[in-house]
Amino acid sequence: MDKLRLFFKLIGVSFKSQMQHRASFLMLISTYFLSTFIDIIGIWVLFDRFKMVQGWSLKEVAIIYGIMHIGFSIPEAFARGFDNFGLLIRNGDFDRVLLRPLGTLFQMASREIQWMRLGRLLQGCIILMWGCLELQFSLNPLHILTILLAILGTAAVFYGLFILQATLTFWTTETLELMNITTFGGLEVGQYPISLYNPILRGFFTFIIPLACVAYYPIATALNHETIPMWLGTIAPLGGLIFLYFSIKLWKLGVQHYSSTGS
Amino acid sequence: MKAYLAILYARMATLFQYRGAAFAGIATQVFWAIIKTMILTPFYAQASVLQPISLTQAITFIWLGQALLALLPWNIDKELEAQVKNGNVSYELVRPINLYSLWYARAFAIRTVPTIMRCIPVFMIAILFFFGLSAPVSWLASLTFGISLILGAFLSAAITTLIIISLFWTISGEGIQRLMPHVALLLSGLIVPLPLFPEWLQPFLNLQPLRGVIDIPSRLYTGVIPIQEAFYYLGFQLLWILILVGIGKWLMNRGLRQIVIQGG
Repeated sequence: MDKLRLFFKLIGVSFKSQMQHRASFLMLISTYFLSTFIDIIGIWVLFDRFKMVQGWSLKEVAIIYGIMHIGFSIPEAFARGFDNFGLLIRNGDFDRVLLRPLGTLFQMASREIQWMRLGRLLQGCIILMWGCLELQFSLNPLHILTILLAILGTAAVFYGLFILQATLTFWTTETLELMNITTFGGLEVGQYPISLYNPILRGFFTFIIPLACVAYYPIATALNHETIPMWLGTIAPLGGLIFLYFSIKLWKLGVQHYSSTGS
Repeated sequence: MKAYLAILYARMATLFQYRGAAFAGIATQVFWAIIKTMILTPFYAQASVLQPISLTQAITFIWLGQALLALLPWNIDKELEAQVKNGNVSYELVRPINLYSLWYARAFAIRTVPTIMRCIPVFMIAILFFFGLSAPVSWLASLTFGISLILGAFLSAAITTLIIISLFWTISGEGIQRLMPHVALLLSGLIVPLPLFPEWLQPFLNLQPLRGVIDIPSRLYTGVIPIQEAFYYLGFQLLWILILVGIGKWLMNRGLRQIVIQGG
């Protein structure tokens, strides 16, 4: 409980410090907000020309897209400490982290928070609401639960991926740019119905990195695009939490393996 | 001229050292091209009316775009940015060289070297694994593609230089530097090939300079632009290079007249 209170305190401090340069902060957040619209423009262009894809309309895809972007924005803002982790390892600064009387995971999670990333959150919310309104998607308790679980699951998968990216640094000492394929590439893949891809990729994004479980399956079931049982679709995002759990386990293994590079 | 060529060579030799980054870039671009191909194919599968470009052409657009991604004016030379920020740009002004040409040479290096390092492996992977990259439609098409690509590099370098010059006014340039990659991707047809955009947007898309970097070469390669019209499009690229270099030189003169050197 104390940890949680400390975490919120640290979040508050970072918010206050970033708000010191108010104009610059607002500029950053609005620029970022604008730049994240590029993806939806691309999707809109395709639907404007082709109208439908495998029975999916733009409005339906907008719901998956919104969930993906909301879910991505949370670790993008809060898992920053893992993102530039390579520098910490190379400079040997991780030693200092190990000396402090708090868990490494906690310290990494609260190391850096990028509030401007919430521009993407705003964008995702707008697209998600547009999709729900256009579809007249009745927001009954079950649907709200489905969407909330889906967002939670998506955030968990991406958070797990950021942790994994950092964990690999324990062995490579250099941040693997290649892992961007799973984070930003995962976002690109996940914003379309997973049924568009070939079976190998579909399997990979269902059972290994469960990106399909967290947004596609729940929404596809709710919209009757997949014939899996309703309850299974609704709880599929829990796969994301399992993924996060294993990422944390691997992180702990990595910490044990760590040998300092510093002098 | 000799001095600027020397700067260009020196800069290119340095940039060729970043092979690790190129490797990550190659893997990412191949992945992206495969994903984009997979997304586009089912869209085409149910299209009932004839599209402006065929699926085969669209897939070739995707591969050309991903292979040549680094050619886009999406970033700037970090050393030059630092010079403007810390005031060291004043040393450059003392030297008996033209600052615009110096920056342009460096911009040209930063556009071409990463592109050369990445495009050849990406093309090889695309061909070896039959990922749908088709051959140029004719010998003449590949020749005009090559010429157009070189013009595209000059054009992209002119845009890159303009972004650096804009730092005279904005100093931090964070806004433009964050937006530029996205604008460049969208307007050069890397998100979705430009011919697939709605008809009512085409007049605008056809006139903006960013299409001269990758879109025109791709259209020549795939035969979307017939060979007899090639001269018109090469002229379009040349015209934009002249306009943007002109604007860049003019802005730089204005910027230098009122420049305030940062730092003590």
